[in-house]
Formats: sequence, structure tokens, C-alpha cells
Amino acid sequence: MSDELKKKILEYIREEYLEDDSMELKDDTPLISSGIVDSFSMVSLKMYLEEELGIKMTDEEASTEAFDSVNSILVLVRKKLAEKK
Amino acid sequence: MAYSNAVREQFRNTLKEVEEAGLYKDERYICSEQGVEIVVEYPRGSKPIKVLNFCANNYLGLSSHPDVTAAARKGLEERGYGMSSVRFICGTQDLHNSLEKRIAEYLGKEDAILFSSCFDANAAIFEVLFDEKDVLLNDRLIHASLIDGIRLCSAQRDSYKNADVGHLEKKLEMWKPRARNICIVTDGVFSMDGILAPLDKIADLADRYGAMVLVDDSHATGFIGKTGRGTPEHFGVMDRIDIITTTLGKALGGASGGVVAGPREVTEMLRNRGRPYLFSNAVPPPIISAALRVIDLVSETTKLRDKLEWNARYFREKMDAAGFRLVPGETPIVPVMFGDAKLANDMARELLQEGIYVIGFSHPVVPMGKARIRVQLSAAHEKEHIDKAVDAFVKVGKKLGVIR
Repeated sequence: MSDELKKKILEYIREEYLEDDSMELKDDTPLISSGIVDSFSMVSLKMYLEEELGIKMTDEEASTEAFDSVNSILVLVRKKLAEKK
Repeated sequence: MAYSNAVREQFRNTLKEVEEAGLYKDERYICSEQGVEIVVEYPRGSKPIKVLNFCANNYLGLSSHPDVTAAARKGLEERGYGMSSVRFICGTQDLHNSLEKRIAEYLGKEDAILFSSCFDANAAIFEVLFDEKDVLLNDRLIHASLIDGIRLCSAQRDSYKNADVGHLEKKLEMWKPRARNICIVTDGVFSMDGILAPLDKIADLADRYGAMVLVDDSHATGFIGKTGRGTPEHFGVMDRIDIITTTLGKALGGASGGVVAGPREVTEMLRNRGRPYLFSNAVPPPIISAALRVIDLVSETTKLRDKLEWNARYFREKMDAAGFRLVPGETPIVPVMFGDAKLANDMARELLQEGIYVIGFSHPVVPMGKARIRVQLSAAHEKEHIDKAVDAFVKVGKKLGVIR
């Protein structure tokens, strides 16, 4: 589940944000601080995760820090999934 | 004193970081009026030299046009230097009103309202028109002033890939059920690439999803489109773009001043609630008077924009034939691509020594690995100016191994 989830998130980010297929994207690539994901469109990533996983994140939880890499997103998402159970 | 040595040190360190990142803005002094042939002191302290300017937003060559400066002088003599007031106290002359009407008419809109700059216009508009029930969908390459304006507003926001209508449609689909009003926000011409936003397709999507469209046409008003009315005219959608923001600081004389043109309710709301409008001085009389003359000039004939179009095409063809890599397009903004930041800057520096004033742009102004020199043509350039520029590009390009 975890690997699959990571793959899904990476795929979404690649499709939604990268202009160029040659750009490298790893689990720890900074997303917001590097400008790959601009703060205006971070919301679509949040909405995607909420819909895909049936979770709800508050604006405080979905901070720019929490969304700054696939790894940090996974930490938040796993916490929300555990709360759901 | 609160400006302690520690604070000074902190700021100096920040500036050092800016410099180390290659982002420090080194201003070149121009010791003449703005135009095609200018006198530049660079590096600082060196003997000023005569060069040809290929990096101004002086698209129609009106910055120092005799008719325009004469009109400014007339405005100065008859209506004074400044208004010493915001518009709603005692800063509105009849001429402000005349200019707003003329610009609205020129852009085919119900009404228009003047700001100190287009930055102010863009900073004002979103907060006044939209709130958390609404969604703003912006192109990812819009101008910094639109981004700041959107930040000042409580509306929900999302962005789409540059000029990518497929991506925009996905966003419209996603947001449609979640919004009271949706507004698509784009530049008409993207200033770093010189490409046009596909406004015809954007207008189709806007109709389909019931969205408004706002276009910042600062790099287009006066010369894009058959009669220079801008990007909406180019795409035949003048009546389908709701709001246009633009500037008097580029093609239309190049001094300063911004404009919002659109439905009357929009301009009235801005007059009553637009903070940069309410709390900054009225545009001064010499600029108003000159801008009225500029609107005459661009309305009477298409001579200047036609010449600019010819100049841009001629430059593109010659540079292409010489083997340079250009971002294809039809605007007078012609990016010559070098990829490497150092190479772009070396080219620009050597070109200045050859009498051609251009600037290299690199990350983060443009994407990493896409460094370039942005050449901007003007209607004031003559064929021989362009030939000289191309010859200089070829000479320096060969020297630096860019072309063979």
C-alpha cells in the first residue's frame, strides 16, 4: 500500500506540475521551496489526496512544510489514514 | 537606534546571497533620452558609449516621440506638474476622465480606470472582485503583479500549465461545482517567451464553464492585433474577454500608469474599493496629456505597429538564417536561446562592446537551463539598426562558439 501510494503521488506530481519529462523527481525532492509546486496550485494536490484516500486535511495540516516533499506528504497522509481507522 | 550592526550584518548577508546566486541587479546608467540610439555608462564609472537599444519595452518608439513630448509639455504648462491628491479628494481633472473614456473605447470596453501603474491595477483588482466563494485559475507564467494581487485576495486559487488549454479545462471541471464565480487569469503575451496566450480557446472554455476571463495585455496593447488593440483583437475575441489590465509604461509612451478596462460595475467597484487606487496619487497631468496624444497616434493609423511587425519578422528571419536558436513566435519579443547562464551573460556583455544593448536572463527569471537574451524590437528601429544587431550577434556568436 505504502509503495503504491508513493508511486501514485509521484505520478500525480509529475503529471500535474512538471513541465518537462526530463526533470528528476525523487521522494525527497523539495517541491514547494524549489518552485516545482507553486503555492497557488498546491491545493490541487491536497484535493487529489483527499479524494483519492477519503481523508480530510485542515489548512494548518496541509502546510507548505508538510507538502514540501513526497516523503513529508507521506508522513501526513499516513497519519490521516491511521486516524480514519 | 534600532538599525543595529546586527541588523546591518543580516541585510548584508542577504545581499551577498543574492549576489552569489547571480541575481544582483546591476543598473546601467543611460545618459540620454530613451530611444533606439542611447548613451550608456557601463561598467559604472567608464566613459559613456553610444549603443543601439534592443531591450526596452518601447515597442512603438513613443517614449521620446516629438508629438508625445510636446503633449506632455502642453499638459505641464496648462495643467501643472502634480495633483497633490488622490483621485476622489481633489485629484481628478477632466482630462483623467477623457483619457479613461478614450482607452475604454480603444480597447472596446464599457469603461476604464487609471492606476499609478499596472502593478497597482493588478494588485487592486482581485481583492475587490473576488472572495472565498470564488476561484481564480491562473496560467503559471503570469506576471509577478498578478501573483501578488491574487495573494492579497481571499479567493480560492489554482494554476494551470503555461498556455495549456487541456490542463485549464481539467481545472475548470474540477472547480466548477466548488465555486460561485471562476475567473481565468492570464497574460496576453508572456514577456519572457514572447508567446501569446491562446485567447480564442480560453474564451471557448470560459463560455463552456461560465468563467470570466482577465487578461494582462501589457506586452500587447498598442501593437498586437491588426489595429493594435492587443491579444484579444489578434484572436478575434475582443468582446469575449471580460477584463483587460494594461500599462501606459510600455508601448503607449513608456512613462507610467496602469489601466483596468471592463464592465462599468468593475471600474466603479475599483473606484470605491481598490486600495492602490484610493490611497495613491492621481496620475500627473503631463502623463495624462501625453497619453491622450498617444491614443490619437495609435488610433489614427496602424503605421507604427505595422513597422514593428515588419521589424520583428525581419530580425527573426535573419537570426534564424544565421543559425541562432529562437523561441518561435510573432511578437517583437524575440528570445535568443543559449541554455547556459554564463554564455548568455557573456554574449550580452560582448554585444554591448559591439554597440548592441541587450540583457541575458537566467534562472530563476526563466527555467533552469533555458538562459537567453531577450531581444525587443521597436518601431523606431530602422532596417540598418537591425542589420547591425544581427551582424554583432553573428560576430560574437562565432567568437563564443554559439554558431559556426
